[in-house]
Amino acid sequence: MLTADSLFQIDLELKKYPESQKRSAVMSALRIAQSELGWLSQDTIKFVAGYLGLMPMAVYEVATFYNMYDLAPRGKYKLTVCTNLPCALSGGEDALDYLKRKLSISIGEVTADGRFSLHEGECMGACGYAPVVLVNNHSMCRNMTPQAIDSMLAEFD
Amino acid sequence: MLEIEIDGKKLTVPDGSTVMEAAEAVGTYIPHFCYHKKLSVAANCRMCLVQVEKAPKPLPACATPVTDGMRVFTKSDLAVKAQQGVMEFLLINHPLDCPICDQGGECQLQDLAVGYGDVDSRFSEVKRVVPNKDLGPLISTDMTRCIHCTRCVRFSEEIAGAQEIGMAGRGEHSEVMSFIGLTVDSEISGNVIDLCPVGALTSKPFRYQARSWELSRRKGVSPHDGLGSNLILQTKGGRVVRVLPRENESINECWISDRDRFSYEALMSSERLLTPELTIGGQVVSTSWDSALSKVAEEIKGTIEKFGADSIGVVASPNSTVEELYLINKLFGGGLGVRAINTFGRMSDYRLVSESEGVRWLGQSISELRQSDLFMIVGSDLRMESPLLAQQIRQSVKRGAELCVLSPSSSKQLCRSVERIVRPDELLSSLVSIAHSVVVKIGKSVPAVLQLAGLLADDDPMVEAIAKVAGRGGRISILLGEQVENSPQALEIAKVASLFAEAISAEFGWSFASANKVGAQLLTVDSADPTFSRQRKMLIGFGVDLCADSPNAQLMSHQVRAADALVLFSPFKPLSHVAPFSASLPVAPFSETGGSYINIEGVVQAFNGAVRCAGDARPGWKVLRVLGNLLSIPGFDYQSVEDVRRAALGDLEKLSSSTLNNSIDVEDVRINEKHNALIRVGDVPIYQSDAVVRRSHSLQETKLAGCSRLARMNSKTLSSLMINHGDNVLVSQGGAEFSIVAEEDDTLPDFAVALPAVIDGCGVLGELYGPISVKKNM
Ligand code: SF4
Ligand code: FES
Ligand code: FES
Repeated sequence: MLTADSLFQIDLELKKYPESQKRSAVMSALRIAQSELGWLSQDTIKFVAGYLGLMPMAVYEVATFYNMYDLAPRGKYKLTVCTNLPCALSGGEDALDYLKRKLSISIGEVTADGRFSLHEGECMGACGYAPVVLVNNHSMCRNMTPQAIDSMLAEFD
Repeated sequence: MLEIEIDGKKLTVPDGSTVMEAAEAVGTYIPHFCYHKKLSVAANCRMCLVQVEKAPKPLPACATPVTDGMRVFTKSDLAVKAQQGVMEFLLINHPLDCPICDQGGECQLQDLAVGYGDVDSRFSEVKRVVPNKDLGPLISTDMTRCIHCTRCVRFSEEIAGAQEIGMAGRGEHSEVMSFIGLTVDSEISGNVIDLCPVGALTSKPFRYQARSWELSRRKGVSPHDGLGSNLILQTKGGRVVRVLPRENESINECWISDRDRFSYEALMSSERLLTPELTIGGQVVSTSWDSALSKVAEEIKGTIEKFGADSIGVVASPNSTVEELYLINKLFGGGLGVRAINTFGRMSDYRLVSESEGVRWLGQSISELRQSDLFMIVGSDLRMESPLLAQQIRQSVKRGAELCVLSPSSSKQLCRSVERIVRPDELLSSLVSIAHSVVVKIGKSVPAVLQLAGLLADDDPMVEAIAKVAGRGGRISILLGEQVENSPQALEIAKVASLFAEAISAEFGWSFASANKVGAQLLTVDSADPTFSRQRKMLIGFGVDLCADSPNAQLMSHQVRAADALVLFSPFKPLSHVAPFSASLPVAPFSETGGSYINIEGVVQAFNGAVRCAGDARPGWKVLRVLGNLLSIPGFDYQSVEDVRRAALGDLEKLSSSTLNNSIDVEDVRINEKHNALIRVGDVPIYQSDAVVRRSHSLQETKLAGCSRLARMNSKTLSSLMINHGDNVLVSQGGAEFSIVAEEDDTLPDFAVALPAVIDGCGVLGELYGPISVKKNM
């Protein structure tokens, strides 16, 4: 299911923990699987569980707990808007509304061309730069006023 | 020891105790949901908040360790206010649908809401709704009621051994569920029903059957395995409607297996036999007890007069009560001189009976067993045979004990273990090799018998594990299970195991999968002449399905077909009336008769009938008493079941150590040549173990029951036979054929076919651990 490279990375993670504590590597394993496959299907979760010697439910618990794991296919650009209190007070909700209108999708949906998907996120620890949007779980865009959002979208191919 | 004061009461508790445990010790109740004495501490419900002197805010009693001189107030204003606050939060999303909830009346949330809840709610927003989950045929869900205490989750992981239930999502979106598409398939899953403090998880077969306050409670003892789990049978309107565990720390703790919990369904099934039936000349007629028993007595007399007592064979279930077995032996054995009385279930090596020096048993008490540092399980799929014993061993392994399993086929152990899977006919030689290697390794002298097979590699993991514990003088327990009990080489295996145990100073014993195997051995007068070895004119069955409960269904079904007379004492309708004279006599199942069982540790556990007999059914001991009188056998004038028990056991509460004795009297042990012919692994499926379980339909719908309707082989065996996974195959033993689906199962040894002992149409199959052939069905 996963490439040899991904498995190698998971094995590296496993080495960090004692043999009997494979469970500790579950978050890394899920992250590695998601970066390869784009999202975590039930089969992927079962595979990871099998690989770590866990019950599928034990892995599913983790996968559903954290927002950054995607349990459904997402757009090429995954836009996560922070709507926790500090962001909400400084325009987070507006940024979300603006993106909804602009992309004609609502939270959890993917645009028809598959390019964008919209998600709601929890505080990213960057409240000082509110409102904050996270792209593809890795790059943080700050002060997302409508103009900033427009120029951000324009930069994507 | 630490000193603590709870609501003004002073006590000392051991280091490491929590405030909750201390409060329990002085009998102070602290309200709680997530805390359970057998589970890890989660401290997530917060119901147990109490005031602790000098602590600035209330602390959860279940997770607060006692410190010396601590003063705790469980009913102070601060504590009660905190508890009320928690209750208000818990009720925010609770549907309050008590009038239609099965838990109503026995719900901890309901009870505590009376104590700590407010009369009305300040919450006017919309409550959350959680979709129900399909957890299988035994557990019914109403997940909106869940308060997220995670007891069920912790049970599945910590006690059942595999986390089948979990909490997905986060915060307001958390949902307790099984993995998508999977049900909860553990053999002890039903305990989550008892654990769930609210009505989120309830019993599916019991759903909407009764309210808890309508039920009477009667004590019972499990009729399904050798542990003798203590039960509470709950009855309504003369029927058993639910079975719950009765706590007994030294036997079943506070759990019971699903088999114990749900088998009661069979007691009300349409398969119950409600009146005596006679078949004469092909006509089945319902009749009165008087006429049925006098006809049966006449037939027995006639048969003995014409053909002698050896023309009668008696098969009684090892799940029968002490009283029943005593009377059966007294009536047929002592009274009539019948020698073929088989009360040993599927045992096929009768030398075990003749060569045993006493009553075979666990070899120690169950609580002693739990203290072992190493368990060596030989020839047992323990999780299927004795689910709770397996659970207890798992707990010991968690605490650091080692588990070694030598078996032809075994379910996953769900804990750290060293396993060796061998063909059933190599069980003996493998055991000898292991024993030989271990004894050599720890530098003791090797008894001659243990030298019959060669040494294993020096780094063999099982040998290493055993030698390590034996070397440091740890407590080792060697347990033999049903795969040995039912093996044609049972005697040799037992002998080798006992020699091995002696050589390494281990405990050695048996774990039986029947409720009264110990009693059956104790009470058997003479059974050196097994019923099925030659044709009988008359066959008498007691509490058994003659073919399904026999060690060789093929032989037994020939016997049944060829017999002139069949007499079946059973709670259930017979599968067919075939003999020229057949009598079916409805005797009471475990819930409708008084009696006693002796469990594997030799403890006698008596119980009374929980409900009146269904229809015209009568307790077995009464039927046997009348039959004894009709046959003019002296000494059948018992007034009560206690009378019978006294005659059988005296006042014993536990068998003495002179009676219980696992020594085997045999010198000569021979080991078979190795060969590669296909061999059958005929284990007894968990939900086919006896006549009652077999008829409980919810258990039959479980995945565990489904798994046992396949012929399983490993991939090497499959490919050598040119069979694919999923193919239809013809299996045959002794010339008779049988068609079934093949499944790949790489946990099996080479050239072995796992084909359950009991399966629809199994009447054509023979020896459980004998040769078999398999070919593709074209
Ligand atoms: S289902 Fe019951 S036992 Fe499980 S978490 Fe919810 S309330 Fe607790
Ligand atoms: S609230 Fe948005 S980053 Fe903290
Ligand atoms: S019982 Fe203590 S927090 Fe639940």
